[in-house]
Amino acid sequence: MSRIARVQLAVIIGFFAVLELLTRLGAINPLTMIPPSEMAEHLWRLLWEGALNAPMAQTFVNVALAFMLSVGVGLASGLAIHALPRLRRLADPLLASYYAVPFFVFYPLLIAIFGLNRWPLVAIGFVFGTAAMVIATLNGLDRVPRVMRKLARVHRMGRLEEIARITMPAAVPHLFAGFKLALAYAFIGVIAGEFILSGSGLGHAIAYAYDSFDNQTMYALMLFVVVLAITLNAALHLGEQRLMRKRRRA
Amino acid sequence: MPQPHARLSGVTKLFETPQATAVHALGPIDLDLARGEFITVVGPSGCGKTTLLELLAGLTSPTDGSISFEGKALAGRVPPGVGVVFQEDASLPWLTVWDNIAFGLRRAGVAAAEIRARVDRAITFMGLSGFARSYPAQLSGGMRQRVCIARTLVLEPRLILLDEPFGALDQQTRLLMGDELLRLWRESGATVLLITHAIDEAVMLADRIAVMSARPGRIIDVVETGWPAQRNSRIVEDEAFGRLTAHVWSKLRIESMKALGRDDAGNPRP
Repeated sequence: MSRIARVQLAVIIGFFAVLELLTRLGAINPLTMIPPSEMAEHLWRLLWEGALNAPMAQTFVNVALAFMLSVGVGLASGLAIHALPRLRRLADPLLASYYAVPFFVFYPLLIAIFGLNRWPLVAIGFVFGTAAMVIATLNGLDRVPRVMRKLARVHRMGRLEEIARITMPAAVPHLFAGFKLALAYAFIGVIAGEFILSGSGLGHAIAYAYDSFDNQTMYALMLFVVVLAITLNAALHLGEQRLMRKRRRA
Repeated sequence: MPQPHARLSGVTKLFETPQATAVHALGPIDLDLARGEFITVVGPSGCGKTTLLELLAGLTSPTDGSISFEGKALAGRVPPGVGVVFQEDASLPWLTVWDNIAFGLRRAGVAAAEIRARVDRAITFMGLSGFARSYPAQLSGGMRQRVCIARTLVLEPRLILLDEPFGALDQQTRLLMGDELLRLWRESGATVLLITHAIDEAVMLADRIAVMSARPGRIIDVVETGWPAQRNSRIVEDEAFGRLTAHVWSKLRIESMKALGRDDAGNPRP
């Protein structure tokens, strides 16, 4: 483990140790927050009893759908916008100001359109994540050296083959930024949606525990969501590192 | 006279600009490439050398005039049998050296055993033995350029176009790479056109040297070197080398001055 990583780990452990101490000593009211060890213990129990199976499955599927849609639509739109300079001029200012729009105000509308099921949640996660993927795709395509284009032509490739064999592999390292953001936004969109109005899922379970003054369950679920999001992001990061190790100067 | 391997006749290239006036980049140019000859093109910077190569490769179309390869007019695409090595590093960073070199062969559907034989031979020939499993990022600039040359070479092109392939290399490496290129040319029997800004390189490698003018680039002189086919970088010791280099420079000096916006005496032009 590198020095930096050791320091980072120490900071995290230190944070939880201080929190543990403050809650155990009563400096933080137990009705406000429970000790982290209790969160972990209760989470373990919930997992062991299988109480989280149904909400987990629900949220995972929603996040996965929102993520895949964001990546798929984001990639395709990015390629199209990049190929058409006129469309690019039109899209650039829209993309730049995209995240200034508080999309959550449309959540009730999405429920009205799709009904109270998984689709408004998938839609809000998708709406959140897709622009990040479009921006990352454009950024990646912009960085593909021009000579690659010529190389494709020297090898007499068609447009689709060029994208598959040259453009995409060349742009992949830059696309990872989009993957990571799309995943984070899918999580935020889905869980926040479940929190506001939904009959199932982890977000709903957290809201339900909150309304029932069930601090143990609420904090256990919050811990779970945080650990899960960090783990998935770290997995993507590791994948990126593996890929980059080959491409970076030794 | 036998049919030329490639021919440019009356070729002109204008580039459209956002302003109303188009930039006259090149031409008119008339140039015949004999089958199996080694021709180098020198010219001041910005004179359209790369454009000339891209026209001949079919990567861009002329505004006026016609270009043919093996008797057939180019139709806006790179014809089979033409290989191009670019000035920039065009190695594919996600593939190993071996896979980079095999890239075109795999696409062409060549049998696996044949691919293996050709790639292994190219790796030995280009001095890349021991690096077959390395990625381009682990190689020096010169080695990466050799990977690109090998990738072109294994496809056995009949016309090889090289755009300042050694531009980023130091002088010693450049001379030695020139030797390898000459060996490659003799063994393959291909026609080679090499663009360079280095006059010594142009003189050392070529059967014929085409000297280009400042923009709009035209061919102002074609110099026959009279070198034997069995030559290498030691040709620089030949007394004719100095004479040829001086001749090319005398032509090029005036054009380079023009490219810098100066007259023959080196004074800024009004």
